Amino acid sequence: MSSNAETAQAQAASAKPTRLAPIVTPDAKFFWDAADRGEFVGQRCGDCGHYRFPPRPMCPQCNSLNTEIVSLSGRGSVCSWIRPLHPMPFGFQSPPVVATIDLKEGTRMVSNLVDVAFGDIRAGMPVEVSFADTMGNHKVPVFRPVGG
Amino acid sequence: MARCFREAAIAGIGQTEFSKESGRSELQLAAECSKAALDDAGIDPSEVDGMITFTIDGSDEIHLARALGVKDLAYTTRIPGGGAAAAATLYQAMAAVNAGVCETVLIWRAMNERSQYRFGQPHTQAAAFQPGNGTGSLLWCMPYGAQTPATWGALTAQRYMQQYGVSNRDLGKLAVVQRAYAATNPNAWFYEKPITLEDHQNSKWIVEPVLRLLDCCQESDGGVAIVVTSLERARDLKQKPVQIVGACQSIPYNVEVISNYYHEDLSRMPEAEGTAKRLYAQTGLKPSDMDAAMIYDAFSPQVFMQLEAFGFCGRGEAKDFIAGGEASPGGRLPVNTHGGLTGEAYIHGMNSMAEGVRQIRGSSVNQVKGAERVLVSSGMAGAILSAAG
Repeated sequence: MSSNAETAQAQAASAKPTRLAPIVTPDAKFFWDAADRGEFVGQRCGDCGHYRFPPRPMCPQCNSLNTEIVSLSGRGSVCSWIRPLHPMPFGFQSPPVVATIDLKEGTRMVSNLVDVAFGDIRAGMPVEVSFADTMGNHKVPVFRPVGG
Repeated sequence: MARCFREAAIAGIGQTEFSKESGRSELQLAAECSKAALDDAGIDPSEVDGMITFTIDGSDEIHLARALGVKDLAYTTRIPGGGAAAAATLYQAMAAVNAGVCETVLIWRAMNERSQYRFGQPHTQAAAFQPGNGTGSLLWCMPYGAQTPATWGALTAQRYMQQYGVSNRDLGKLAVVQRAYAATNPNAWFYEKPITLEDHQNSKWIVEPVLRLLDCCQESDGGVAIVVTSLERARDLKQKPVQIVGACQSIPYNVEVISNYYHEDLSRMPEAEGTAKRLYAQTGLKPSDMDAAMIYDAFSPQVFMQLEAFGFCGRGEAKDFIAGGEASPGGRLPVNTHGGLTGEAYIHGMNSMAEGVRQIRGSSVNQVKGAERVLVSSGMAGAILSAAG
């Protein structure tokens, strides 16, 4: 194989997302389906209005099964953050920044921080949702500094 | 056997060698450590009537019972939550003996965790997600590159370290203490291999800025078994009885195993706080009554957070407790005197339970003089072991 062909092949490969697609369970399908459409949604109790995450079929506050799937603001702040260096996580060419994000709606989730240098991250830094492509044509919500 | 409340005691402990390649099946390791524990107690294996292990143990109760020649099994159960199960096995065994449903409970955990599969490597398979592990880590972390226990654990620990200004160097001081204990323990993988704080600081980052290699537990092959019976019967057996004066589990709201990000304050460990509260209430004992503690140390920050949760020091003060030598020989509370899961071996915390027993018997290689009460903790569960009065 010529070196040109090799380069072209490498470029094609690098254009293809290597991030692992999420494992989708029946109780969280709504979340990942929305992410595939570039929408960031959550569960809110249809009776008492309590937001919950991770998803579950019943409101822990009033035990209602009346669940609303609602758009979330996509705004939050950084709670904790780290960088896994060894072993390199599967699907990544360089170590991602993994963080817990306190969402404005009062829930917390794990995600990645993007478009920010590791050393510039501060606790409470305001962030907003964005989406990253995964294998199998899926998307997952990630976060970047507001206005960054 | 008529049912009535009976105090429970540990009558036997047994283990295989701890290695990186056992060269035999997990079932064989399970059979060997079980036989060793029963021999230690002086009980014939055929008499076992209760069996307890972890949900993720690779050996079947029936297969192990069949190897041991168990004649009539009355009770079996498995504990979820990975290593969080370690002290919960003692809790279940105590409860079964207390309730008079079993006479001889065998607890075992045996694994080829280094040679057959590796917990420390990325967990990425959808098939690996199963109920009974107490964690949603694969569901909510995996696409983000958080694929190992070290990564999952570090993400909470970083919040704790932010809150109290704890550095990785502070964590290193615990690693040095535990490796010093391991260095004098012939059963430890790191026997005669102590480390300095500089060795710790020169070890590679696993998860920046929380864990270096020497903050992480080993991956090990081996098995540990513990035999629990009534205190009354234990008094007539081979070893000095080690009473289980209290044991409990605590899983507070929105807490989960290892990917524990959904409760209110990530700088705390609510499950260990719950375990402590319940354990002290059960026994009427307090932190200063403990002579030593065996604390689940998959990663060093977990020990810091548990020391605080159990009230051995104030919140944010574990770094001073350790730097001040309180966990070291002669300190106020020697911790993980076998070397812990970092220094001795990673048998999912069961080897730490066995060390708690040795301390009460007076047979530890790093014996705490006159030890009468030892706390054993795996975070979501704990037990207090005591010399029988």
